[in-house]
Amino acid sequence: MKNKELETQNEIQETSFLNGSLGRRSFLQYAGASAAGIALVAAGCKKDRGYNDVNMGATLDFKDDFGVLNYAYALEQLEAAFYVKVASAPPSTFTTAQKAYFQDIQFHEIAHREFFKNALGTSAIGSLEVDFSSIDFTSATSVLGAAQAFEDLGVAAYNGAGVRIKSTDYLVLAGKIVSVEARHAAYIRDLISNGSFADLTSLTALGANNAGGLDAALTPDKVLAAAGKYIKTKINVINL
Amino acid sequence: MNILNILDEIEKVDGEIYERLSPRRKAMKDFFNVGKKISFAALPLALGSMFQKAYGQSNPTSVTEVLNFALALEYLEWNYYNRALTLATATYIPTGAPRAAITTIRDHERAHVDLLKGALNITGADSYTFADFDFTAGGIFGDVYTNYQTFLKVALAFEDTGVRAYKGQAPILKGNAVLTTALQIHSVEARHASHIRQMVAANVTGASGLKPWIAYTGNGNDTGVTAADGVYAGEQNTTQAGIQITAINGTAVTQSQAAESFDEFLTGSDVKKIANLFIPIKKLT
Repeated sequence: MKNKELETQNEIQETSFLNGSLGRRSFLQYAGASAAGIALVAAGCKKDRGYNDVNMGATLDFKDDFGVLNYAYALEQLEAAFYVKVASAPPSTFTTAQKAYFQDIQFHEIAHREFFKNALGTSAIGSLEVDFSSIDFTSATSVLGAAQAFEDLGVAAYNGAGVRIKSTDYLVLAGKIVSVEARHAAYIRDLISNGSFADLTSLTALGANNAGGLDAALTPDKVLAAAGKYIKTKINVINL
Repeated sequence: MNILNILDEIEKVDGEIYERLSPRRKAMKDFFNVGKKISFAALPLALGSMFQKAYGQSNPTSVTEVLNFALALEYLEWNYYNRALTLATATYIPTGAPRAAITTIRDHERAHVDLLKGALNITGADSYTFADFDFTAGGIFGDVYTNYQTFLKVALAFEDTGVRAYKGQAPILKGNAVLTTALQIHSVEARHASHIRQMVAANVTGASGLKPWIAYTGNGNDTGVTAADGVYAGEQNTTQAGIQITAINGTAVTQSQAAESFDEFLTGSDVKKIANLFIPIKKLT
């Protein structure tokens, strides 16, 4: 009963959003996201509301599981694009073993990306355009630093989004993926500094809590804000 | 973090939850006010205290069962690492990076024990201590207290089991704020597993090819420790939600990468079977 009330509220919010009168709470959400560097749909402008218009970028509508899955799909696209670039031309100081493991990670992320694409079918967002201009792909330090950022952020994203998933099957699938991301994160962290595999203190900004032995967890708006600098495509977030 | 979802989940178990809560509106109000001030990580403790107020005694069955189950596994892990670190034998776990890593892991397991005890409103002594465990598993790992390689093999089994165990409980906690906490523990266990796998690869005879992730083998067990077959049963799976991952959409994803890219879950009863190998008397039921 209570949940129905909540859903109705969401619908009202959505309707008012489409009519151009954003509630204060939604406005703050959008304003916050905007400040964080995410391109947004011009809220309230009726003629711009077509979220499927390719020129409008990708829309993540968190009203249901499709929104959460598309969110995961977006992040996996980003990760896969990064590792494809690394694996195709690894930094010259990478060892044979490192090259082999980065090949593995590349294909894990490709597997995740393609899985979400197929699972979403016609509901899938399009391909994102990425921006890796801030990464020096010839430098092991730069590549490993970026890889760690992507993996830790991925862990935070899945941990924070789990509670939004309504389908048991997809909740378990997200669980199956997040532990692999955590394995990647630990491996890459150990490459940068052996023993830092689970340095939760360093992950405080991503929602980790060392005293509780708890890993990172972030809400989608914070994750997208952090990922924003790597994504050229406008990502519109609604019903968060 | 949606309190209404939590209540909805409880309603499935206890149809009278709203009635129980309504005469205690102050408890709810206190809880919400407290919720604004406390950190995310402390939430389970606050939840525990709210349920305590609503029920007088204990949490609803399903949530309690999951938390107690998780607590038992954390007791097992903490006692295992703590024993190894407190043994006087200097050569057992080498000083330096190995000892530091095991200490990090040990401390996380203790933090999980304390967090779960708090969520369950358990005060006082731990309900499982070192004396309750037999880490040789009845002699299968007979030299676990003296041989570093054996120690690492058992640690590996515990960490990979932990990852699978938390994953398997996620559906019961679906939509519940406790789920986020459980997921945060789950991925820490996965980080541990990744590191222990690297320690095994570096130190255990014949295991140099072990990857930080679980590679494909016919029976799912990529560790070469046959006694741990049960820990890895099903990890060879390459089909997710009916979608074949190997070579998906014409990509070059290999069978092993397909199996590696998704960790599988274990049911509670399968995890208990594994854990009970190390618990002679106070077995998990």
